Amino acid sequence: MDKHDNEEIRIGFYICHCGSNIAAMVDCPEVAKTIGALPGVVLSRDYKYMCSDPGQELIRKDIAEFRLNRVVVASCSPLLHEKTFRSAVEAGGLNPYFFHMVNIREHDAWVHTDKGEATKKAKSLARAAIRRVAKHKALEVKQVAIHPDVLVVGGGIAGIHAAMTMANAGKKVFLVEREPSIGGHMAKFDKTFPTLDCAACILTPKMSEAGSHPNITLMTYSEVVKMDGYVGNYTVTIKRKPRYIKEELCTGCQECIAKCIYKEPRFRDEFNEGLGKRKPVYIPFPQATPQVVVIDPRVCMNFKDGALTNKCKKSCVTACGEKQAIDFTQQETLQEVKVGAIIVTTGFQTFDPGRIPQYGYGRYPNVYTALEVERLVNASGPTAGHVVLRDGREPKSIGIIHCVGSRDRLTNRWCSRVCCMYSMKLAHLLKEHTGAEIYNFYIDIRAPGKGYEEFYDKLLDEGVQFIRGRVGEVTDWAVSPEEEGRLVVRVEDTLAGCVRRIPFDMVVLATGLEPKSDAQDVRRLFNMSCGSEGFFLERHPKLAPVSTFSDGIYIAGCCQGPRDIPDTVAQAGAAAAEALALIDKGYIEQEPNTAHILEDDCCGCKSCIPLCPYTAITFDAAKKKAVINEALCKGCGTCVAACPSGSIVQNLFDDGEIFSEIEGVLAHD
Amino acid sequence: MTTYSYFPGCSLKGTGRAYEESLLPVLRALDVELEELDDWNCCGATAYMAVDEVRACVIASRNLALAERTGHKELIAPCNACYLVLNKTEHYMRESPSVNGVIQNALKEAGLASSGNLPVRHPLDVLVNTVGLDAVRRRVRRSLKGLKVAPYYGCQIVRPYSTFDDQFNPTTMDRLLEALGCTVVTFPLKTRCCGGSLTGTLPEAGLHCSHVILKEALRRGADVIATVCPLCQFNLDSYHDKIAAKWGATRIPTVYFTQLMGLAFGMNERELGLHRGFIPMKPLETSSPE
Repeated sequence: MDKHDNEEIRIGFYICHCGSNIAAMVDCPEVAKTIGALPGVVLSRDYKYMCSDPGQELIRKDIAEFRLNRVVVASCSPLLHEKTFRSAVEAGGLNPYFFHMVNIREHDAWVHTDKGEATKKAKSLARAAIRRVAKHKALEVKQVAIHPDVLVVGGGIAGIHAAMTMANAGKKVFLVEREPSIGGHMAKFDKTFPTLDCAACILTPKMSEAGSHPNITLMTYSEVVKMDGYVGNYTVTIKRKPRYIKEELCTGCQECIAKCIYKEPRFRDEFNEGLGKRKPVYIPFPQATPQVVVIDPRVCMNFKDGALTNKCKKSCVTACGEKQAIDFTQQETLQEVKVGAIIVTTGFQTFDPGRIPQYGYGRYPNVYTALEVERLVNASGPTAGHVVLRDGREPKSIGIIHCVGSRDRLTNRWCSRVCCMYSMKLAHLLKEHTGAEIYNFYIDIRAPGKGYEEFYDKLLDEGVQFIRGRVGEVTDWAVSPEEEGRLVVRVEDTLAGCVRRIPFDMVVLATGLEPKSDAQDVRRLFNMSCGSEGFFLERHPKLAPVSTFSDGIYIAGCCQGPRDIPDTVAQAGAAAAEALALIDKGYIEQEPNTAHILEDDCCGCKSCIPLCPYTAITFDAAKKKAVINEALCKGCGTCVAACPSGSIVQNLFDDGEIFSEIEGVLAHD
Repeated sequence: MTTYSYFPGCSLKGTGRAYEESLLPVLRALDVELEELDDWNCCGATAYMAVDEVRACVIASRNLALAERTGHKELIAPCNACYLVLNKTEHYMRESPSVNGVIQNALKEAGLASSGNLPVRHPLDVLVNTVGLDAVRRRVRRSLKGLKVAPYYGCQIVRPYSTFDDQFNPTTMDRLLEALGCTVVTFPLKTRCCGGSLTGTLPEAGLHCSHVILKEALRRGADVIATVCPLCQFNLDSYHDKIAAKWGATRIPTVYFTQLMGLAFGMNERELGLHRGFIPMKPLETSSPE
């Protein structure tokens, strides 16, 4: 293969004391002595800290002085310092893959209590490395160019912020949103805690900026259906659902809505959580971005069961006039984009309180979810900000139940983190709007944020009542004239030590946050992992909180776990920074420990193809051979083990290397 | 014809005999036969469970072992207390090797064995989820249209093992009663305690529990309370004088759901044991059987 093949093998061996981490349990000078006597080893040293600058310098100097052509270091885990030592070897003029590392700290010194046995084990492991490194071949790190564009999936506040950050840095961004408008949950909120600034006032400028940014391609009413490729070079297929409006022609004048054959809105308005009505042709909310209407084929007169009938007189088309933006023949289309990195910000769903029947949601009309109340107190909501019950009365007393579907073994065990704060915010707003008597029923008040505890104090000063205890039930079972016709909350007041019955006109359920129902599909789509509760899993909870186990795919916002707006925005910024760092480098370095096919030996049985977890193997139908895309290969070795004809070879793990290593472990002094 | 093993328990032979009198013909009308377990003994409920839980389970397990020996695939226990104790015993047999050891040793002495895997079911579950509401509807000869019923489940049928319905808001009986033509009133106290054995030991507390349920059923406009448990029926039906003396009259009949089924199936009121209640049901307004 190269000049090294016939060369005399000259190995340098170094064993690290790691202070006392290794030396306390392994007799390092003894190991150095034993290994120094093995054939091929021309130099054997023990040293206090091999990773230190002098330690690395030692390797560089020795390579020149003793004409070393292989290096073995016995120290800590390769995860920590393999790169360090490979660089030192390279600086000494050798190919960095003529190096091998032995882990005698985590695998030996830290897990044993008998120094004699631990020293023996260190010798065995070192001997294996000496035999193995002799078979090492020179390998090259390949560079693969990175596509500079980025995809952001989900147009809530996380997606908007990540997209804006990257677009402002000059990157082209595709922002894909499933709903007809970006904005997500935040667009539905009235005020934000604890500052009580208006959610729309701070969000909508960002929405319209994102909508008009020259570097952002906004794809609303769209969903990612397929992802191919690998870090730096993803090909993503996006389904664009027909909105029956030509986006580029619609000016958002809403004449079509005014002239729709349905004079009055009569269909469930999703944006207002069903508390309001809309027409079949509608714009989700006044500040929707893009300002483009959408036609709902499930209820439009011109469709039946979603199929076009053309039976409506189409007064909307007449109203649209010369703009001719309405197109009933629109079909679903698929669009492909190429990107180098992907940020997934698909958000959350709120807990369905119907799963806790004793709280009466769906049975008692005056039991509301918190999100419904957000719309009720909102000036652009279905009641223009007047808090009234479904029968038109203004509530005089309101109970807010915390932790609905959170911190509960029967539903979701986690704390949803935002409910205490948003419940207190709603308590404040409801008091302001109605002057009602307000009770909060809580387990613990969790207010660990800037200004959050102070907000709790403020609420106490305002006279909002707090009762500690998980509510047992909400019922219309009345035992006194005062309770008649009202909702009764039964709760154990754990501070007063008694069971209480408190009647209310309105009950608000502070529903928790949970993964979206299709989170598993999204996880598979982007090759990510989920934690046991179903939120997307970060690569490391402390040190890689926005990375995933797929390189080039980042997560931010509530799809990773419940969090509030400030944390979401911070995380979105972090994800954008990580994506920028990847892209701006321009290329990625490909570890050369990949597998390749020995074409002459491959029998074309295809056994390896379904086994590859990275879909790196395809089949060349013309040659009838398997083909490995080395850019996708992560070097897991599954295909190598599975190949019945032994025709797959993995760099750094070929048979010669592995068998030599085994012989080294098994050989005795 | 499907045949199940049948564990009546003490109540269905005594205070709750109207339950058996209505259960057997109703099931027979739907092609379900119950074969009473030969030589059955106390289920282990009553006070024994509170005194020595493991021994109570041993008592219950003998019935399970007998039932397994019959070869029938499932055992029916109509009394809520029996239903719970038998299920609880099986739960311990599966989950606790130490309790299971005690049980198996005791059974061995009697030449018996039990796997702990025999399904123990309540007739309400069987009627709705196995026989099915369609079969029930087809068998109705005299619709109970206009009869307003408060469905009362008691505690033990859904807690702690909610094997066939929601723990907090069960609806199986609601649907069954609707299939008979009844109007089911909204009854938020459907799983609230009837007083249980407190009516005997601490009457002040126990009777108040019953009173609350009776009062709320009347407030909801119910003509009758339907129950699935002999102890609930006994508590709600037997102490009206004492309750009236303390908190005022709350006269409303409490009958077994199987009695209402029998009525809807056109069966004779006396054969269904309806004459046994202290508070009689008013004659039905609907026409006599077709």
